[in-house]
Amino acid sequence: MAVSAGRKTREIVYGMGLRRSEALVQATSYFFLILGGVTMVVPFVWMIATSFKPASEIYMGNFFPQAATFENYREVILKTLFPRCYLNSFICATLSTLSVIFFDSLVGYTLAKYDFPGKNVIFVLILSTLMVPTEMLIIPWYIMSVNFHWADTYWGIIFPGVITATGIFLMRQFMSGVPNELLDAGRIDGVSEFGLYWRVALQLTKPALAALFIFNFLGNWNAYIWPLIVSSAREMLTLPVGLGFFSSEASADWHLIMTANTLSVVPLLTVFAIFQRQIIQGIALTGLKG
Amino acid sequence: MFNKLSLRRRRQLWAYIFILVPLFFFLSIRIGPTLFSFNVSVREWNILSPEKPFVGLDNFQSIWQDFQDPKSVVRHAFLNTFAYVIIGMPVQLVVGLALAMMLDRITRLVGLFRAIYFIPFVTSTVAISWVWRWMYQPRFGPINLFLTFLGLPEQKFLFSPDQALLSITAVAVWQGLGYVIIIFLAGLKQIPDMYYEAARIDGASRWQLFRHVTLPLLNNTIVYLAVLQSIRFLRMFTQVINMTRQGDGGPLNSTVTVVLHMYREGFQRYKMGSAAALMVVLFLIIMVITLVQMRLLTRRIEY
Repeated sequence: MAVSAGRKTREIVYGMGLRRSEALVQATSYFFLILGGVTMVVPFVWMIATSFKPASEIYMGNFFPQAATFENYREVILKTLFPRCYLNSFICATLSTLSVIFFDSLVGYTLAKYDFPGKNVIFVLILSTLMVPTEMLIIPWYIMSVNFHWADTYWGIIFPGVITATGIFLMRQFMSGVPNELLDAGRIDGVSEFGLYWRVALQLTKPALAALFIFNFLGNWNAYIWPLIVSSAREMLTLPVGLGFFSSEASADWHLIMTANTLSVVPLLTVFAIFQRQIIQGIALTGLKG
Repeated sequence: MFNKLSLRRRRQLWAYIFILVPLFFFLSIRIGPTLFSFNVSVREWNILSPEKPFVGLDNFQSIWQDFQDPKSVVRHAFLNTFAYVIIGMPVQLVVGLALAMMLDRITRLVGLFRAIYFIPFVTSTVAISWVWRWMYQPRFGPINLFLTFLGLPEQKFLFSPDQALLSITAVAVWQGLGYVIIIFLAGLKQIPDMYYEAARIDGASRWQLFRHVTLPLLNNTIVYLAVLQSIRFLRMFTQVINMTRQGDGGPLNSTVTVVLHMYREGFQRYKMGSAAALMVVLFLIIMVITLVQMRLLTRRIEY
């Protein structure tokens, strides 16, 4: 890799004398990186530790529980609408992500592979929507939802995000890498235009689709301000919204709040742990293009 | 009839079919509402009353008047929002760049560090906010326990009008750090080693390498992140509503932001008109920042 090659030349250029200073830089780097890493992890450890503490231990000042208990989990899972919030978040994130995958790739494909009057105007139109902060659209969306009776429905929660401009932009770039010869060969074989997208273009852009899937699912799973506004019925709350309400109502019951937090965070972190390499590479690959 | 069209026309027709639903979506859910919120901002729009009288620029005028009153929520909201940007964004970029350069330097555990720094970024901001609220607790929060352990005085953090904004900024910086590091790391990897080597042969010190090679070559990454993070801080809402008591941006309005104020105006007091006006102002601020970015990005860098 380029890094190790660079290191080698670095040594040649520097000679042996500077090796010690390089070692010092390395040691300092490790020191600060570990310090920062601990800062990243401690709040999560504290959260999980608190979730296993009985109520009597919260104000005792011990970091880890002395008599660990599952009681908090029982209480949060059985006595609250948390399981329902889970289901809601899962349904919303899945539905909107499937829609995003389909439409963003289809539009990306169309913009990359077809020539038609008005193409550039449409592309600029889509990109221009990126300039408008979501918060500004919340008021019109809310008025729409009230008029069309979309409040407290799944559609009401997901409709603003069923197609995304960033995803279209991303997919357009990846779709332009699909070879035209392949598409023309398919046309000669009598594949329909939709078939070319479905069976050729989609197959060739799977890594980009995977990245899009993960980011979009994460984004929807964690979305807060719009779900907070559009749903008020308790059975329709998504996880972050439910967590916010539950936590403010539990006031000083930190053991329960932290249990709810752990429940809402841990599944996602497990998924992250499995896919972290792809997620981070995806961000490094696509994040700069925005 | 369809078959009689030329091949070119037929393909164009397909393109229009493919793009029809998305185009309708963007016009009705994105562009239409954008224009509509300008319309709401020039009206007295109470969701509960059928009359929405046109009031011209009254909503903007009253924002401006409130802004001049040193005790008003509007003034606090705007000044706090700027404070989040002015403190949060540079700290995040400086710390992020430092950590990214260290990650670029070391040879082992790079992947592990990247993953760990990224954990808060993928976690829901609501959960993060509540965990930190518990971390910051007076007396029994771990931070205060640690301070007492070191023999330092206890701090009130979120309960103090002087410290609350900084405490919330710290959490936002902490949560976004992973993203900043990953983007900087990608930028650093694109700098060819030969630049460093050439500079070294010329006898450049570490600081000179950083100042004259790394920084100029990272210019685009820095501008991109500065704009992106500024916009993120300008839109601060979730942290504040979840980390302050009653979600009111307290104590004494010391943490309230423009978006939180909009939420309270529009969705708790049902004054949609003035809420929309606030968002139009925020939109204009974001647009200016984005345009400045375009200027900076297209500027040619001289080496």
